[in-house]
Amino acid sequence: MKLSDDVPSALTALDRPNSYIGRSVPRPNMGRLMQGRGQYVSDVTLPRMAHVAFVRSPHAHARIQAVDTSAARKAKGVIAVVTSAELSKVITPWVGVLTHLKGIKSAPQHAIAIDVACWQGEAVCAVIARTRAEAEDACEHVHVTWEELPAVTDMETALEAETPVIHASLGDNLTWERNHVTGDPDKGFKDADAVVETTFITGRHTGVCNEPRAIVADWNSGEQRMTVYQGTQAPHMMQNLFAKHLALEEHQVRVITKDVGGSFGIKVHTYADEMATVALSKLLKRPVKFVADRLESFVTDIHARDHRIKAKIGVKKDGSITAWEIDDLTGIGPYSVYPRTSGIEANQVVNLVGGPYTCQNYRARARVVFQNKNVMCQYRAVGHPIATQVTEQLVELAAARIGMDPLEMRRRNLIPDDAHPSVGPSGIKFEALSHHAALAHIDAMMNYSGLRIEQAKLRDKGIYRGIGFASFVEVTNPSAAFYGVGGARISAQDGATARLDSTGAVFVHTGVSEQGQGAEAVIAQCAATAFGVAIDKVRVIMGDTDNTPYGGGTWASRAAGIGGEAAWQAGKALRQNVLAAAGAILQAKPETLDINNGVVVDRLTGNERVGLDEIARVVYFRPDTLPPGFQAEFVVTRHYVPRAWPFAFTNGIQASWLEVDPDTGFVKLLKHWCVEDCGTVINPQLVDEQVRGGVVQGIGAALYEHCVYDERGQLLNGNMADYLVPMAPEMPDIEVGHVVTPTADSELGAKGAGEAGTAGAPGCVINAINDALRPLGAEPITAIPVTPDAVLRALGKI
Amino acid sequence: MSERLDITLTVNGEPVTERIEARISLVDFLREQLALTGSHVGCEHGVCGACTVRVDGVIVRGCLMLAAQCDGCRVETIEGVSDAGEITDLQSAFETRNALQCGFCTPGMLLTAHDLLESDSAPSREKIREHLSGNYCRCTGYQAIVDAVETVAMTRSAKR
Repeated sequence: MKLSDDVPSALTALDRPNSYIGRSVPRPNMGRLMQGRGQYVSDVTLPRMAHVAFVRSPHAHARIQAVDTSAARKAKGVIAVVTSAELSKVITPWVGVLTHLKGIKSAPQHAIAIDVACWQGEAVCAVIARTRAEAEDACEHVHVTWEELPAVTDMETALEAETPVIHASLGDNLTWERNHVTGDPDKGFKDADAVVETTFITGRHTGVCNEPRAIVADWNSGEQRMTVYQGTQAPHMMQNLFAKHLALEEHQVRVITKDVGGSFGIKVHTYADEMATVALSKLLKRPVKFVADRLESFVTDIHARDHRIKAKIGVKKDGSITAWEIDDLTGIGPYSVYPRTSGIEANQVVNLVGGPYTCQNYRARARVVFQNKNVMCQYRAVGHPIATQVTEQLVELAAARIGMDPLEMRRRNLIPDDAHPSVGPSGIKFEALSHHAALAHIDAMMNYSGLRIEQAKLRDKGIYRGIGFASFVEVTNPSAAFYGVGGARISAQDGATARLDSTGAVFVHTGVSEQGQGAEAVIAQCAATAFGVAIDKVRVIMGDTDNTPYGGGTWASRAAGIGGEAAWQAGKALRQNVLAAAGAILQAKPETLDINNGVVVDRLTGNERVGLDEIARVVYFRPDTLPPGFQAEFVVTRHYVPRAWPFAFTNGIQASWLEVDPDTGFVKLLKHWCVEDCGTVINPQLVDEQVRGGVVQGIGAALYEHCVYDERGQLLNGNMADYLVPMAPEMPDIEVGHVVTPTADSELGAKGAGEAGTAGAPGCVINAINDALRPLGAEPITAIPVTPDAVLRALGKI
Repeated sequence: MSERLDITLTVNGEPVTERIEARISLVDFLREQLALTGSHVGCEHGVCGACTVRVDGVIVRGCLMLAAQCDGCRVETIEGVSDAGEITDLQSAFETRNALQCGFCTPGMLLTAHDLLESDSAPSREKIREHLSGNYCRCTGYQAIVDAVETVAMTRSAKR
């Protein structure tokens, strides 16, 4: 284990002569994006392309008595008006369940609602026209006769006998329930000197990708092939689903993903309107484009994090934690989202509460219920921000109760760095974590004791500043344990194909995808280093199911750890094959040679022997000069999947320094720190920027973002003027530090880094707010977002 | 007012005469009619800033201005400003600092940052953050963007 701050890690076995591992090389795709020459799906136009707009339910729950399309069919520019009756002939419904979430149930969901609309925003009719504007105009002429039904909106009463059941065939509104006990929580609470019990609320919020969801589907009836341009995180998963539900073979479907304007987990799910667009292309035998506008994004992009968690912690006077208990309730909308289900978030909450700590007395219940609101599913750092907020608020509330410093409280309870491998209270397995090193590092980085002195001085002047922390663990590099074992065709493995071209450059085709994280750069770094060329000699091909090895795509912080390892192995294998050819040409033993900066060299002396361009020239154009029986193989593929551990857990700690105005309730963020351990850092700058972006996304959840519904299931703030997101002036500078504990499951040792920031920020910020308000005698705030109104209520001022 | 009308303007220095729908926004006109897809559509209600372009030298929201209002105007988009080499230093600083991830906000962010640096050669970090307050970035957390703009402000000042 070693420490580093925004600088490359020290040299290791990964450092080959021209190593890019641990170096902040710039991403190759930035030039086109900065010049307006990117190719987002919303930019794609094809010959004969039509545009679809959807008539959406204005009601949260309503029977569709009739859909009169006659006027719309006559409207200007209209090509077709398609209802569910017609569309269901070309596409089958789906059910979002997984077998390893025992007992989870959901109802069949259709591309366009049949008979009943179950949330405000569900599509009930499609209008296809020459332009999007004409399609929207004609939507106004579709007349739907509605019978409004009672809406189930309150998750607290969703399971009560008098509450209507949304899907009669399911018998009740319970999607899934999980119960878990470790150790003896009752004894733990009995042994405690103090028990802190409270209720946490995490507000429903959403991803707000800058580019809304976009798809162009092109059914070529001559080829009998469907080409889909889609802003997705998982091209191969979508290939499978399009094929499955349109009665096609997978090889008849090609998914192409070029530039994607943000994803954050929003673009890894099956959306009814996107499935409908693909089906419409098949029906109409021409390309059809759908781009969600911002208003429909708010009512159809998955929401997340709508939880109510009753929780308690037992603690002794010496600070040792004796027990945890949670009762989590979450409302996920009317359908469990396909194919990942809407049970995973609650499952993660149960898995992760108490995760960083040694206390093994833990009782948890999670119930997931249906309701007539937009669907919820996995969004960046799935479940982690909720579990971390619950755990870390309990820890700091308990510390305050017994009068202990919050960092000291953690020192006494975090799993020791030398105690791994270890097991968390829910049974999750940790290969190697570094909680204490991370804590010591952040303590020094932020000058904690100095800040406490400053805080005390300012309080005397009536300025209320707070310091809050959040330790966390994060699931990355998932094996098949996440989805594959539950029956979903979501690949945990990933592949890379490396190919030497005729001038000595390398093409690397990878199954992981890019939405701005820097996967393209990381793949190039791994391949260039392993093979032995300058990085500008590597071209990465991704986002095309016709031209990349089968893989899972980019989600759960897997691109670098899994895709990067596959590229590393492919680069190594190509090096062996090229050295075999070089040996044949030079009449040398291949094991005495190496490749350094595009030149074959003597391994021991480094003396240059022959350039790769010359090797390629001989192999491709003068193979007649090679020894008889020798065949060069300059295309190799390697795959990687984590096998030793179900997940590569990472860990870290965040700290927030902020000021609360007790008169207005406004919170001003002054500074934020994050120390995280993602194992080997392949590209320090990209890791740091993932952390910073993630922290700000978590700050959004902590202070601003909230999908506010009324009791009739109407979203009240579904636009960017009313739904607040973090903007530049309110955000603090964020300092990032690292502890490096590589995973032994791969040669690179890289774990994921994409979600750590989002996982820890809400808990850390709310702890800092409560720390600031404590001397004013405020009630602890336990609900996010923490609005000025909530601060004033905590102070008893309103 | 008729549904269609003719407008004549310059776009990135090139003369353009087009028949347009009276209701079409400037950004839709640029993207759909002129195939200049570098300006992006993020919210269509003036909040996110992804559609930022320049009209007669002033940055505007392409979603809040009608194409019809641009008759006789000089319109510049990220494509033209890039090709003219006007913001090469900003683009270079954005690359060095990884001040973009998905890149969807970047054309608007660059034009807005350049607009600030044209009027204030040594803005503070607070001033930079304030000037970018109408440009939404979901990926970076803004710090890298502020760093890049600050760096360019210093290098441009040093050259003056």
